[in-house]
Amino acid sequence: MSVEPGGEVGGEITKIASEHAAQNGADAAAPSNHVGQAMRRKEDPRLITGRARYVDDITLPGTLWMAFVRSPEANAKIVSIDTSAAQEHPGVHAVFTGPDLTDLAGPLPMAWVPPGIEVNNPEHWPLAREHVRHVGDPVAVVLGVDRYGVVDAAEDVVVEYDALPAVTDPEAALEGPPYVHEQLGTNKVHEWSLPNDRLQAGFDEAEVVIERRVVNHRTAGAPIEPRGVLADYRAGSLTVWSSTQVPHFVRLFLAILLGMSEERVRVIAPEVGGGFGAKLQMTGEEVLAAWCSRKLGQPVKWIETRSENMAVNHQGRDQIAYCRMGAKRDGTITAFHVKIIADLGAYNMLLTPTIPALGAFVMSGVYKIPAVHTDVVGVFTNKCPTDAIRGAGRPEATHMIEVCIDQLAAELDMDLLELRRKNFVPSDAFPAEMATGVIYDSGDYDKSLDKLLEHVDLDAFRREQTELRQQGVYRGIGFSTYTEICGLAPTRVVGPEGFGNQAGFWESALVRVHNTGAVTAYTGASPHGQGHETAFAQIVADKLGVDPSVVEVVHGDTGTGPEGRNTYGSRSLAVGGESLARCAKKVADKARAIVAHQLEAAPEDIELRDGKFSVRGSPDRGMTLAEVAGAAYLNQVPEGMEPGLEETSFWEPENFVFPFGAHACVVDVDAETGKVKVVRYVAVDDCGKAINPMLIEGQVHGGVVHAIGQALYERVHYDESGQLITGTFVDYALPTAAELPSFELDRTETPSPVNSLGVKGVGEAGTIAASAAVTNAVIDAVRPLGVSYMNMPLTPMRVWEAISEAQGRKEGVSA
Amino acid sequence: MSKTVPVRLEVNGVEHQLDVEPRVLLVHALRDRLGLTGTHVGCDTSNCGACTVHLNGRAVKSCTVLAVQADGAAVTTIEGMGNEQQLHPLQEAFWNDHGLQCGYCTPGMIMAAAGLLAENPNPTESEVRHALEGNLCRCTGYHNIVKAVLDAAAVGSGVTAQPEVKA
Repeated sequence: MSVEPGGEVGGEITKIASEHAAQNGADAAAPSNHVGQAMRRKEDPRLITGRARYVDDITLPGTLWMAFVRSPEANAKIVSIDTSAAQEHPGVHAVFTGPDLTDLAGPLPMAWVPPGIEVNNPEHWPLAREHVRHVGDPVAVVLGVDRYGVVDAAEDVVVEYDALPAVTDPEAALEGPPYVHEQLGTNKVHEWSLPNDRLQAGFDEAEVVIERRVVNHRTAGAPIEPRGVLADYRAGSLTVWSSTQVPHFVRLFLAILLGMSEERVRVIAPEVGGGFGAKLQMTGEEVLAAWCSRKLGQPVKWIETRSENMAVNHQGRDQIAYCRMGAKRDGTITAFHVKIIADLGAYNMLLTPTIPALGAFVMSGVYKIPAVHTDVVGVFTNKCPTDAIRGAGRPEATHMIEVCIDQLAAELDMDLLELRRKNFVPSDAFPAEMATGVIYDSGDYDKSLDKLLEHVDLDAFRREQTELRQQGVYRGIGFSTYTEICGLAPTRVVGPEGFGNQAGFWESALVRVHNTGAVTAYTGASPHGQGHETAFAQIVADKLGVDPSVVEVVHGDTGTGPEGRNTYGSRSLAVGGESLARCAKKVADKARAIVAHQLEAAPEDIELRDGKFSVRGSPDRGMTLAEVAGAAYLNQVPEGMEPGLEETSFWEPENFVFPFGAHACVVDVDAETGKVKVVRYVAVDDCGKAINPMLIEGQVHGGVVHAIGQALYERVHYDESGQLITGTFVDYALPTAAELPSFELDRTETPSPVNSLGVKGVGEAGTIAASAAVTNAVIDAVRPLGVSYMNMPLTPMRVWEAISEAQGRKEGVSA
Repeated sequence: MSKTVPVRLEVNGVEHQLDVEPRVLLVHALRDRLGLTGTHVGCDTSNCGACTVHLNGRAVKSCTVLAVQADGAAVTTIEGMGNEQQLHPLQEAFWNDHGLQCGYCTPGMIMAAAGLLAENPNPTESEVRHALEGNLCRCTGYHNIVKAVLDAAAVGSGVTAQPEVKA
């Protein structure tokens, strides 16, 4: 029997609703089998037809454009600023400089500091006051009616600088002066360690110790949509559209800095054209747009140019690591010590001093090394600040470990996969407490490597390599067996009592079933290309017995849904998706109680089967979600139960999740020119249970290329005077389709025990794994030419120089 | 603001008369004056290709063309390729193959790919990769973009990709 919802009260409305639902398919029972399917994305129709709305696509009446005057100097005192000529430009409404911002409640925030240490944190204002400290540091803003006109006017702002010597080399900066912040009398930002008291014992046991200076150079996040913001202050309320990963954080900080009550501030992340960590920030530009809108009583829009983005959007990496790895002759690794000099640029931003420390938590890699010790020294230089960029500390850590493992294998004359396997944490050891104190939730590293070797015949490769060398072709293979830590985060670990952050890292969810049985699911995660609207709809649909096409996922708007914690650190699915799953289960539980009431059965006898909440053993006695919603909104619910069909959840994990895998890269090196070509890339990743395998593959493709870019092409380069040499895409070489092969991907599935979905993050895994695989491959290729080690970026110049130097050495020896 | 000049554009089959400053880029005329915001701007140097449109049937970067240079020309933007009810085969292929993530480069990618298929309806993978060299994507690693273009070619989109050029 199927119950007709409606009854006597309000029957007509329910009837209309159910007819409407029938037309839209919302009433259709759908089997719960969407999780795991490679569903094509719900996001895409608007994106492929040009109907999506990014910040620059949104226009409000009376909008003023904002343009910046930025420092051309790396380090200078501001002697004077003359804005008079700019103010006379037609259409210009105002010009503001640093001293105008006296009513800001404080400088830009640094929100996360490793615990138990002092951090030098000089004030950092949205517009420089008296001093500029890197090229691009903002000095003034011009507001006017015309997009081009404000740029013209900005060029007529006359700034007199007293240029000072700049410091760009972090190791030289530690010796100082010059000092980036004169008043500190040092360029040191902080020192922090994740110590291990067995370190000396580990090295005492070692029979072989290798030491390498591993340089992980500075890179840009470079989302193809530069940043942008539109701020609209009206009648005491502020609405801000920003190309951000973190609208909920931006709302809080805007309220604080502008002295506004938080409920009066709404931040919307509309379509966001890529983030990669570069949009995990509370930026001065956001503060200024909002402040100017309030000051001038008109909407204010700023759209970043690429040149601005390359100069001022926070950058990543830039670490020099002194690595020491000790092992016994049989390959047993006994100790790993890393000292990281982290170039943090001119200021601390939201997470700046924490980023290099994040790597420390995976400094054990996938290996049961008894003693692992990380020291971090942060340094100010006259460069753009660094902060989170895809992977944020973990790509650097993995690169150190995986490159050192290969170096150790060469030193021991041992097979580099045998060396890895010998030291793998065994699959029966999970959850495994590492020497770092971190507990890995799950892992099966031999399985990943076995799977990889199903695709890569290493013996055949070595034969081919030998043959090719005889023809003058230098082909190499490199491996990276990695794990990473993601799914930020259990507050007990990273909160005030743990790693010092003052925010909890739960995620919120709200699931609302409408009259028709259609569902709106709100998440506090805030995507920028990952596909949450699809994957999260798959999760919710299965919990409620509907089709994902009638589940709308709403995100990125502080004015709708609950408080959220946004998207970064590969957390959306493992924290936000799980939160939604639990929330949908709450809704399903209520639905069961309503159905039991309607059908006069016990709630525990109601099961979701083929899209119907039906009585166990009597599948034809049941109700679809649409029918349940009809009853819920007619208050035909058990006594004492509230009407309606909607729930909220806040969920926080007990532990991080630890994706892992094995990657192999094959390259050809042109020994004459030093040019490297990636011939083949094979990646086996394990991110737990797959919600949508197609999305996983997409994340791995993009993540791997992000790291190939760093390994071979990309480098943010400043000259000694602090001038930015790579200020546009002409000089900053993102990989293009022409440089890359198609990829070969495979997966293993080791469910995470940390969440009910069994999932782990995958957004950063490819980036974390790949730079070491590429670097190891290039070194493998040129070993016969006498090169045994190189740092990234492995540009033709770098490789050619290494080969030439090695050949010179050889000739020197033989001469 | 300096003086304006009249420009006549036929965009996606519709005639427009605009008065623009001579320095206004075609991409800004399309976006800010005609409201066709599907064409994006991702760089200042004509490297990224997010602004790719067709000008008289050829794929061009609309940040490198002044609106006045396009006077009298026929322009096709992503909005002219297809809509949700009737997708262009390239749009369909990008959707099916997960050829996009954040979607910002996608309109330019699709227009560049359509330009390729108009000239070479059956490209090899290598030809696709080289043809898209001027379009940057940070999300996809290009793998699925290349797949989508090859799949669209396989269903014969090359025949229909070339917009009509008015005499």
